[in-house]
Amino acid sequence: MDQRAPNLLDEALGLVDEEKTKPWPLSSRVVLVEDRVETSGAFVLHHLLKRALSPHSSNDVVVFLAFSQPFSHYDRVLRKLGCNLTAQRENNRFFFLDLLVSEFPDGDEGNRDGLVALYGKIEKLVSTSFQENKKCITIVIDDFSLMEVAANGATNYVLDFLRYCHALTSTFGCSLVVLNHEDIYSSIERPALILQMEYLADILIKAEPLATGLATDVHGQLTVLNKEIRDEQGSSRNKICNFHFRVKENGVEYFYPGSKT
Amino acid sequence: MAESICRALRDGALQGEHAPALTIKDSIASPFGFHVFTHLLTQLSSNILAAKSQSRGLVLVAFSRSPSFYLDLLNRKDIDVASSQKWIEILDCYTDPLGWKDALLASGNGGSLSNEASTGASLCRNVKDMDKLYSSIIELGKGIVGQGKVRFCVAIDSVNEILRHASISSVAGLLSNLRSNDRVSSIFWLSHSDLHEDRVTAVLEYMSSMVASIEPLNQSANGHRCNWESLPLLEHNYWKGKFHVRFKRRNGRVRVMSEEFHVEQSAINFRSISSEDEIVNRSLLPKVQFNLQLSEKEQIDRAKVVLPFEHQGTGKPIQIYDGRRSLTDGKSEAEPVSIGILQTNENSSKGEIIYLRDSDDERPDSDEDPDDDLDI
Repeated sequence: MDQRAPNLLDEALGLVDEEKTKPWPLSSRVVLVEDRVETSGAFVLHHLLKRALSPHSSNDVVVFLAFSQPFSHYDRVLRKLGCNLTAQRENNRFFFLDLLVSEFPDGDEGNRDGLVALYGKIEKLVSTSFQENKKCITIVIDDFSLMEVAANGATNYVLDFLRYCHALTSTFGCSLVVLNHEDIYSSIERPALILQMEYLADILIKAEPLATGLATDVHGQLTVLNKEIRDEQGSSRNKICNFHFRVKENGVEYFYPGSKT
Repeated sequence: MAESICRALRDGALQGEHAPALTIKDSIASPFGFHVFTHLLTQLSSNILAAKSQSRGLVLVAFSRSPSFYLDLLNRKDIDVASSQKWIEILDCYTDPLGWKDALLASGNGGSLSNEASTGASLCRNVKDMDKLYSSIIELGKGIVGQGKVRFCVAIDSVNEILRHASISSVAGLLSNLRSNDRVSSIFWLSHSDLHEDRVTAVLEYMSSMVASIEPLNQSANGHRCNWESLPLLEHNYWKGKFHVRFKRRNGRVRVMSEEFHVEQSAINFRSISSEDEIVNRSLLPKVQFNLQLSEKEQIDRAKVVLPFEHQGTGKPIQIYDGRRSLTDGKSEAEPVSIGILQTNENSSKGEIIYLRDSDDERPDSDEDPDDDLDI
C-alpha cells in the first residue's frame, strides 16, 4: 500500500492536497482526539505526527508533550510508518518534551507554577521556530488526562494551560492536537473539562469500538467532526465523516462501513 | 425573531431603566451559540455604523477568540472596522488572561514577540479582578463615546471563562453593574449552559431581559452528551436547530417565541418554524402519478352514487331492524309479503321469479343429500 496515498482520515481532515500548494490545513486549528479504553486513539496521533513531519515540507515543526510514553516508543512506532523521529529531533524539527516523570511542586501555587513554566517552554520553542521562518508548528499533547494527573488534579489550571496554548494557535498559526479519554469522564454528570475541550476543538475525532461488538477485521470506528471547513470561496461548512479502521503493523487501513471484502 | 432581539439591542435602554440584556445559551448538543453571538455582533455593528442605534460604540470583551479574529470577521462582513471614527474597542482577555506571559517575560523565560499587540486591543492581564474588569470596560466605552449622555453597547463572548476564575456572585455583580450603568445602552453575553450548574444558568437568566436558547432539533435520549450512535441524527443537528427566545417585559409579561436556524456558508439564518413544517409536509407526500385528492365536482358526483346495498326508502319510511322491535310489529310486517305472492302482477315494475314444477317426480325441497351415495 502506498503510504503517501491519501486515506479517509486525511480526506476527513482536509489534508488531501494534490499539488502541495495549499498551506497546512490544520494551522490555527485545534484537533481533539477522544478515545476509549477499548479503542486507543494513539494511532491518530501517530498519523498526524507523520503528516506534520512529512519530508516535502521542511518548515514544519512539532512540539510534542509526552505524558504517557517515552521517546523510544514513538520512535519505534513512527519508524514503522516511515518516519525517523531521531533524525527529525536532530534537525530541530521535532521537539520532544519528556514529561513522564515530571512532578509539579506540591500545593496549589506549585501546580500553577509548573504549568506556567511548561507553557513558557512551549512558547519559547514556538516563537523561536516562528522567527526562524518555520511557520507550520504543531503542538501535540499525549495525553491530556495524564497532564491533569501530573498537575495533581488541578483541572482549572490545566484548562488555563489549554487556553494559553489555544492563544498560541491564533498568534502563531500553529495547530494543537490533544488526545483525551472520553470514558473516564462518563460517570460525571457535567464533565466540564471534556466539554470545554469539545467547545474549543475545531476538529473532533472520536475513536470508538463498533456498536455491534468486537470483530476481527474491524478494530473500531472513527467519527470525524470537522467544524467550519473553509473552501476557496471563503465559505465554510461542517462535515461529519464516519468510517471503520483496522490498525496494522505499519499503517492503518480506513474504509467505509460495509466496504471491506 | 432574531430581528426582534437585534431591534431590542439597537433601541437600547430607557432613561431610568436597566439596559436590555441578552443571554445566549447553548449546549454541546447544538453548539451554535457562537454563531448567534457573531450574528448579533455584526448586526449591531452595522446598526452602530449606520447611526441607527441608540449606542454610538461597542465594547467587546474577548475571552474565547483573539481580537484579530473579530476584526477579520467584521471585515469579512464588510463592516468598516478601521473607520476614521473609532466605534469599537476590544478588551483582550484572551491572549494573557492570567498574566502568565507577563510573569514569564519578567523572569526572562518567555517568548519575546506578541502579534496581538498590533491590533490595538487593550490587554487585560488579570481577569480574576472583577472591579478591574468593570472599570476597564467602562473606561474603554467612555473612550469611544466621550463624556456626556451618549451610550455604548457591551458584548461578552464567554461568561464561562469569567466563571472559571471568579465566583458566580462576583460575576453577577459585574453584569448587574454593567446593566445599571447609565452609559450602557445594551449588553449581551454568551454562555455554554452545560459547563455549569443549573443554578448558574438561572442566575444569568434572571439578570437578562431576553434569553436566547439554542437547542438541537431532536434531543437525544441520554441528555446533554450527544449520541454518537445515531450519526444521521447528529448530522442533522449539525446543520440546524431550534432557537427559543424569551422576552421579559417591564410589566412582568413573558413572551416565548421559537424559530429554527440553519447554519450555512459561515452565516446563520433564521426562519419561522411553521413555514418549515409546511415544506416538510409537502415533501412528505409521496410523488405519485395519480391524484389522491378529489376536486369539488368529483366530490359531488361521488355523493350521488347509489350504493347497491343501501336502502333507498323510496317514499316509505326506512325501517332497519335494530333488535328492539316487538314481535307484533314483526307479524304485521310478515303478512303483506305472503299476500304479495298472490297478487303478482299488481306492480309491473317489480321483478319476480316464476317457477313451474316440471313434474311431480321432482320432490320439492328434499332434505336428502344428493351425494350421499358417494364414498368419500
